[in-house]
Amino acid sequence: MEKFKTLISRAVPLPIENVDTDQIIPARFLKATSKVGFGQNLFRDWRFDKEGNIKEDFILNNGNYVGKILVAGENFGCGSSREHAAWALEDYGFKVIISSYFADIFKGNALNNGLLPIQISKEKLSQLLAYLEKNPTAELHVDLENQVLKLEAINLNESFDIDAYKKMCLINGYDDIDFLISKKETIEAFETQNQ
Amino acid sequence: MKKTLFDKVWDAHVVETIPNGPQILYIDKHLIHEVTSPQAFGELEQRGIPLSRPNKTVATADHNVPTLDQHLTIKDALSRKQVEMLTTNCEKHGVTLYGLGHKYQGIVHVMAPELGITQPGMTMVCGDSHTSTHGAFGAIAFGIGTSQVAQVFASQCLLLNKPKKMRITVNGKLNKNVLPKDVILYIIAQLGTNSGTGHFVEYAGDVFEKMSMEGRMTVCNMSIEMGARGGMIAPDKTTFEYVQGKEFAPKGDEWNRKLAYWKTLPTDEGATFDTEYHFDASDILPMITYGTNPGMGIKINEKIPTINDASFEKALSYMGLEKGQSLVNHPINYVFIGSCTNSRIEDFRLAASHIQGKQKAKNVTALIVPGSQLVAKQIKEEGLQDIFEAAGFQIRQSGCSACLGMNEDKIPAGEYCVSTSNRNFEGRQGQGARTLLASPLVAALTAVEGKVVDVTELELT
Ligand code: SF4
Repeated sequence: MEKFKTLISRAVPLPIENVDTDQIIPARFLKATSKVGFGQNLFRDWRFDKEGNIKEDFILNNGNYVGKILVAGENFGCGSSREHAAWALEDYGFKVIISSYFADIFKGNALNNGLLPIQISKEKLSQLLAYLEKNPTAELHVDLENQVLKLEAINLNESFDIDAYKKMCLINGYDDIDFLISKKETIEAFETQNQ
Repeated sequence: MKKTLFDKVWDAHVVETIPNGPQILYIDKHLIHEVTSPQAFGELEQRGIPLSRPNKTVATADHNVPTLDQHLTIKDALSRKQVEMLTTNCEKHGVTLYGLGHKYQGIVHVMAPELGITQPGMTMVCGDSHTSTHGAFGAIAFGIGTSQVAQVFASQCLLLNKPKKMRITVNGKLNKNVLPKDVILYIIAQLGTNSGTGHFVEYAGDVFEKMSMEGRMTVCNMSIEMGARGGMIAPDKTTFEYVQGKEFAPKGDEWNRKLAYWKTLPTDEGATFDTEYHFDASDILPMITYGTNPGMGIKINEKIPTINDASFEKALSYMGLEKGQSLVNHPINYVFIGSCTNSRIEDFRLAASHIQGKQKAKNVTALIVPGSQLVAKQIKEEGLQDIFEAAGFQIRQSGCSACLGMNEDKIPAGEYCVSTSNRNFEGRQGQGARTLLASPLVAALTAVEGKVVDVTELELT
């Protein structure tokens, strides 16, 4: 996993609520057996019509809106547990997702793939979405070490929560498997005791 | 300290608590399937480590399998590769696989309970969000991502923060024609799709106490649709009777020992929850959804609400429906009775009892997809297959099928499908397909009439 400390980037506003993982990556693209290449099918049916033509009105098809940050409506990532959703967002180039609420499984999947979910209040989110829609070149500052999200133009200076262990993993590029393997003996002792 | 059912099972599985951090939770059973496991096996290979507990892992092929001619080679090359990869991986790592053609193959959440793999007091995970289904037995069961599948492969454990606890109590007598599916669709419509985020739910009250195991599974299955990690129901006589004698259920002395333990699991009187909701059974009526998330549900005799909000309007425009419209008598060309929510024998018995002697409407394509080979066998043995076939329904082989449309079983763009599954997301059943979630009763009668039937006041025998 790549290390994550800070990020300064433009952001793409997606003011839709309850974006489920079936929209992020439709089931028909889950037939792959590796983790690569999901980015090209990110939001597939919102980006392209059935014939594969670009849907001009979808924000990711509007060249004015680019960046490594996606700002989305409440309850982002609900539905299916498919980690392919996190792989698709990451493969497309996103590093941070901002919303007022994340579905649990998605949040875990994102963190396990070096993708940082930042939760802010509903009020701040609507403010941010509205500003970004009008000012697509604005740059957001994400500082994971100090847990702050900033956008000076609108006096946004939000501290955000993150699990201390997960933060350590992101900053150092560690993952849970290494940690769990290091606990082999403790786990075996637990098993013997509880069989 | 007074403990809840959830506390008791969780605490019994904590291997270690990291100071200021998550807990290491031991997993008793790991269910896997072809779609979310290949990259996790890849992870093991990449790190050159073995699958740590093959005997605690069970595999089946369900998401991406055809429901016709399962004995032949899978036509779709990518699907075939995925299913073959599961076989290779299971052989290589010594994992039991109920693959295509095996008498136990089926949707993972139908297969495990009916074989007695699912038991009270267990911790169970699967790379599938509807793992919550198994909570019906008083197990802690939840869906995980592929990275976590790899973690369980490597260590039989997960690193987790203990979720909050919610209790949803429904007391009273259910109205006529109200099924478990209506109960859960009602709860989700009332509470919303993110009300359960961060929580594990316990369903309590007479309504659940009186429910069959099949019904409890339907309810727990959809816990994830309100954002909860999982749902649970205290194990009781109904649970024990269901589990006893199943293929992998404990036997003899072990049964007695386990049973004594299971009886200690229900929530202690006076134990507290972070969040509590109470509903009155008499307020619940047969339900249907009209939008693109499972929280967008109404009583079938109600009209679509008028809400002025961009996301709401986007959903209605996708569905081709309008604010204030009634769904009753809305023409329907597709009916799907299947999925891990409603594809157990009880669901098909109920559907068949209302189809018997009738014909499906000419305009309707009606799919019956049993949740497992065992259910399919039962359908045949009990004579339900004849009823369905005589009525013009197509009976398929077991799998997820049109629940997620990964195989050929897709609903065409623009078409409405009354479905007993659990998700009505845009494109879930096929690109452009419009899903109306409902109970097997509503689905069966809709197939006969070719339009949405209001079952609220119907006198059915
Ligand atoms: S039937 Fe549908 S919801 Fe259930 S496991 Fe299969 S795809 Fe998932």
